[in-house]
Amino acid sequence: MSKILNLATPLPVAEKVEDLMDIVTDTFSAQFRFIQSNGEDTMNLVTSGLTAIPPYVFILIIAVLAFFATGKKFGLAIFSIIGLLFILNQGLWDQLMNTFTLVLFSSLIAIVIGIPLGILMSKSKVIEEILKPILDFMQTMPGFVYLIPAVAFFGIGVVPGVFASVIFALPPTVRFTNLGIRQVPTHLIEAADSYGSTFTQKLVKVELPLSRSTIMAGINQTVLLSLSMVVIASMIGAPGLGREVLSALQRAQIGNGFVAGISLVIFAIIVDRLTQSLNKQKSNGGK
Amino acid sequence: MGKIKIDRVTKVFGKNTSQALKLVKQEKSKEQILKETNATVGVYEASLTIEEGEIFVIMGLSGSGKSTLIRLLNRLIQPTSGDIYIDDQNITKLNKKSLQLVRREKMSMVFQNFALFPQRTILQNAEYGLEIRGVPKEERRLKAEKALQNAGLLSYKDQYPDQLSGGMQQRVGLARALANDTEIILMDEAFSALDPLIRKEMQDELLELQANLQKTIVFITHDLNEALRIGDRIAIMKDGKVMQVGTGEEILTNPSNEYVRSFLEDVDRSKVLTAENAMIRPMTIQIDHEGPKVALQRMREDKVSVLLAVDKARKYLGYITANDALELAQSGEKSLHSILRNDMPIVEPSIVIQDILSVISDSPTPVAVVEEGKLRGVLIRGVVLESLASEKNGGVDNE
Repeated sequence: MSKILNLATPLPVAEKVEDLMDIVTDTFSAQFRFIQSNGEDTMNLVTSGLTAIPPYVFILIIAVLAFFATGKKFGLAIFSIIGLLFILNQGLWDQLMNTFTLVLFSSLIAIVIGIPLGILMSKSKVIEEILKPILDFMQTMPGFVYLIPAVAFFGIGVVPGVFASVIFALPPTVRFTNLGIRQVPTHLIEAADSYGSTFTQKLVKVELPLSRSTIMAGINQTVLLSLSMVVIASMIGAPGLGREVLSALQRAQIGNGFVAGISLVIFAIIVDRLTQSLNKQKSNGGK
Repeated sequence: MGKIKIDRVTKVFGKNTSQALKLVKQEKSKEQILKETNATVGVYEASLTIEEGEIFVIMGLSGSGKSTLIRLLNRLIQPTSGDIYIDDQNITKLNKKSLQLVRREKMSMVFQNFALFPQRTILQNAEYGLEIRGVPKEERRLKAEKALQNAGLLSYKDQYPDQLSGGMQQRVGLARALANDTEIILMDEAFSALDPLIRKEMQDELLELQANLQKTIVFITHDLNEALRIGDRIAIMKDGKVMQVGTGEEILTNPSNEYVRSFLEDVDRSKVLTAENAMIRPMTIQIDHEGPKVALQRMREDKVSVLLAVDKARKYLGYITANDALELAQSGEKSLHSILRNDMPIVEPSIVIQDILSVISDSPTPVAVVEEGKLRGVLIRGVVLESLASEKNGGVDNE
């Protein structure tokens, strides 16, 4: 009887995880604080730099960029101008710049971590076997869950927001880098090897150039995923358009929510098309 | 001591190596070993010595282990056991660094599907080996350009591989190997992906190159005709084992066992000599521009009594004989048109010699091989009979 009761008692998984988190937080508290304060400062600096640019100049730069990135077509440029003017008109420019910084930092960090991880994964079957389930785990875990350790480590603000976004947005870059390198045809790898290439030479001269478009597709996904974390990260105090959505939600202001939401969509479309066309152009150029 | 010495080299793919080796010793077949141990025997106890400056052809059907064997030479595949010596250096024992050095300085490889880097220009492809070795930019450009020039592709140097035809791509592949200027060139079915006409052309070019360069070339093929054409010596492989090594002549006249014999027979039946195989380069005269004096001069030089007449586009028109040309020259006439004869038999290049033997033996003149109006070659009785005789020797006489 008591044995059955014992089985019915929940295993102390939650407690153990909590203990572990406490240990990590305590052990690395100095490091976390360092990252927190420096990260916050750097990102505030970038945001204030971005907001210092007159919005019209900023819009013009984006439009020109869009024009050339899409192969001298007007579509995206015109869309960018109208969309960004709308956001400006709605008084959401500062929030947009905050979101921009958040996406920029989390994407960059995810790429800087993700590409080397993907390379490692492509080179070793063991690492691939280990990383695959972890990546699956990272992608299926709801984004909200990452907020908890983020807050535990970094408190609230933009840095934990970036932390949560990086974890959430990392997998595509890793996966696509792995895939891209594994897809390089065997005979080209053999050719590189047969001429005596070193590991680095093979990587830089053959594998990365040939998997570039696949890796770029992964980066595009990573950028969009980190954008989708913007709203969620605002729950722990990350500034930006997400916070507008959140506060509209909390106050049941449908109109404001819609405006902030549509602003996010506009931003997402511009970012998506820009990164995609960059990929297309590069892969054409490489041919 | 040869340039390359392969000493009892074995390669087994899969985990259960020792078990598989035991089964090979019991003369079990490849399929059976695969079934029992889940391991594939690529090469079994192969021993070969390849001399400096020869074209050594390794021939076998698919699955015979020839592609594995060539990859063991530069250790793209690690041997399970055995030793491979290059210039008396045992390369199976080398660490990564020294292996890279051997690959850079001793040998270059040419691949069946060209394996050109698609993101690099033709010049950059040709430079690859030198770039890897850290040769200064200017020097490697000059060397690569020279190699491309020899291949007749210098004008394409800024294009990308996918802009070139298969034959041209493989010339680049060869130029990449030659630019590297290594003593050994490994060619893995280098011409197999090319269509027959281009293939023959490339074979000729390779022979010509070899006459000047005297490289040690290891050439893999599944095509006996190709092996016989370019190989100084040939090794025949089956199921990972080397069946016979020898010159083409030796193998044809004296096949060492049943397999080699049946292989040659097979070739005899299916790939009997076609007009294209037996033809030789025709002695031609360009009838619109050249007169009787030139014709006589050329006949003297090449010791022939008949010249085939063609126009600018190499369209076959007929032939002229030495006697006619002599008369014409004495009469002072300049144009050869008046002595043009038209009674030479004409055949297609793809026709089997067996079918036109009577034509060849009945005709007082050589037989022209013409394709779509253009002169491709000429069949001379003596040469045709000789090549037929050697095929017969290989296949039928030994039965």
